[in-house]
Amino acid sequence: MALEKITSRTGRGVYVPGNDIDTDRIIPARFMKCVTFDGLGEFLFYDVRKNADGTNKPHPLNESRFKGATLLFSGANFGCGSSREHAPQAIQKYGFQAVIAEGFAEIFFGNCTTLGIPCATASRADIATIASAIEANPQTEIVFDVAKQEIRFGGQTVKAAVRETARDALVNGRWDAIGELLEGVPQVKAMAAKLPYLAA
Amino acid sequence: MPKSLFEKVWDAHTVRKLANGQTQLLIGTHLIHEVTSPQAFGMLRDLKLKVAMPHRTFATVDHIIPTDQLVEPYGDPLAQAMMDELRKSCREFGITFFDRASGKQGIVHIVGPEQGITQPGTTIACGDSHTSTHGAFGAIAFGIGTTQIRDVLATQTIALGKLKVRRINVTGKLRPGVYAKDVILHIIRTLGVNGGTGFAYEYGGEVFDHFSMEERMTVCNMSIEGGARAGYVNPDETTFSYLKGRPYSPKGAAWDSAVAQWKSFASDADCYYDDVVTIAAADIAPTVTWGINPGQGISIAEAIPDPTKTTSVDEKASIEEALAYMKLKPGAPIKGTKIDVAFIGSCTNGRLSDFQEVARFVRGRKVAAGVKAIAVPGSQIVALQCEKLGLDKIFSEAGFEWRAAGCSMCLAMNPDKLIGDQLCASSSNRNFKGRQGSPTGRTLLMSPLMVAAAAVAGSVADAREVFAVN
Ligand code: SF4
Repeated sequence: MALEKITSRTGRGVYVPGNDIDTDRIIPARFMKCVTFDGLGEFLFYDVRKNADGTNKPHPLNESRFKGATLLFSGANFGCGSSREHAPQAIQKYGFQAVIAEGFAEIFFGNCTTLGIPCATASRADIATIASAIEANPQTEIVFDVAKQEIRFGGQTVKAAVRETARDALVNGRWDAIGELLEGVPQVKAMAAKLPYLAA
Repeated sequence: MPKSLFEKVWDAHTVRKLANGQTQLLIGTHLIHEVTSPQAFGMLRDLKLKVAMPHRTFATVDHIIPTDQLVEPYGDPLAQAMMDELRKSCREFGITFFDRASGKQGIVHIVGPEQGITQPGTTIACGDSHTSTHGAFGAIAFGIGTTQIRDVLATQTIALGKLKVRRINVTGKLRPGVYAKDVILHIIRTLGVNGGTGFAYEYGGEVFDHFSMEERMTVCNMSIEGGARAGYVNPDETTFSYLKGRPYSPKGAAWDSAVAQWKSFASDADCYYDDVVTIAAADIAPTVTWGINPGQGISIAEAIPDPTKTTSVDEKASIEEALAYMKLKPGAPIKGTKIDVAFIGSCTNGRLSDFQEVARFVRGRKVAAGVKAIAVPGSQIVALQCEKLGLDKIFSEAGFEWRAAGCSMCLAMNPDKLIGDQLCASSSNRNFKGRQGSPTGRTLLMSPLMVAAAAVAGSVADAREVFAVN
């Protein structure tokens, strides 16, 4: 299985402000009543984007000037809460190809990497600078260089840290570990034989 | 070299180092439920892979299950479809399924321990963040995403980076009316909702030494709410006596050698911890959340925070956001806040001891007029144990609806939902916006006895006063 080598993501950005944006907010539980991930994109951030009657609330994703953005920027502890892969799936299916935030919850970060969604942490000040550049001109082209761990936009460059294990997996096209894990199966069986609780 | 339990279990399950530096970790026990696994089985079929060790995956159904309807088809066709899908996959791949008909169905984190599947020194994964619950037995247990469920099914392993270990000592004795739930709410409030990022929490100290397995589970359950992926307590005699005689516990001679092995997994006395935190039990009070994350908690005697009183820009913004959503007044006492719904249940507080403790005090009392109160046992076995003791009657006579086992109003993927902006006193673990099924619903997290006190008083109350606990 040859996977894409994800060395950079280029596109327009959108900034969704806030800290501790949890997975219930990213994709409310009622939309998880499904047996496939198809169609989750339209429910991304549903309850913060929509009123009960389906009309729009003020939210960056509802603004036409940010339509087509592929880089999502946010605050600290992004993706906290549940382990639901529905959250990164919804982000990806909506059209985002990367998330840059001040910080991420552990499981969410791992889920994103496994789906080939690079996540980077950047300082609050840098995210604010990018956010104002986007605000001033939503067409700003932003390059998130995964390999170099930096973000380039409008002539500026800021740091964007990608955890080493994730960066290696992304840039070398091994973010979906299944191939590698399968190679280890003979060793797994040998090991399991030594752990009494795993006896068949 | 002395080692922590985490390191010992990690080493014993390390298959090999992967090219990116992560570890291929053997997952000895895999638990699945209907919400996060169907897509994983789909991926497995697409890749034409088989389940590597079908006897090490155990399934149950909990999130979508109605608690007031026992016969299928369920009213919600989507729920029924998820149920059917899990049944089909378990049959196809030869996986044990604790279905309703087995009498062993329940919330996955209650079923594992109750069956003796959860054991010390093991690795446990489940597509559910509250898998940290199983750490109470001295297991390394954590939540995974759906693609990783596929990985475990196909290879019995996942790729994972090693965690650091923070030892959290809770010293001294808890005051009467203070419970395991208060301990973890206090810890999260103290260390923050992301304070545990990158860590496994090892809980210890006098309070944990004296805790029952069920109390340890309550604390470990909410490790994830503090940002820690896993939380555990070293196995001891309490652990072993809980496990003895359970369906999946080792029997006969195997039991003795298992206990010896389990003991060997406990952290060595002088092992290294990346961080150590000590909390005095005497400082912990009955705790209630007022905001939209589990770290936004205060003691029952405290006032709701005032955003103008903080110097931190971040804190000010988060208090303001929370208060706007919660419709609560800064500076007002939390005590006396009117509630609409009271929920006792969930994988945090839906076990026998939770219902026993509440029943002791709620007997002969009545839920206040206008409050909808529901009690939902975490598993069919818990329900049966309660019913044998007549606890169901005590709850019903007090005005609680006594329901069938499931996650219920913890996340409201079944028909048990808040309506509009109802305020719910809840023994569950998350107070996120919209968590209990209504996009504007409001949740206050607290111990089961505090929920009962709120139900009886009709407003947030100090259980120690309402029930004369001393
Ligand atoms: S009870 Fe709540 S937290 Fe626990 S598994 Fe069910 S939905 Fe998740």
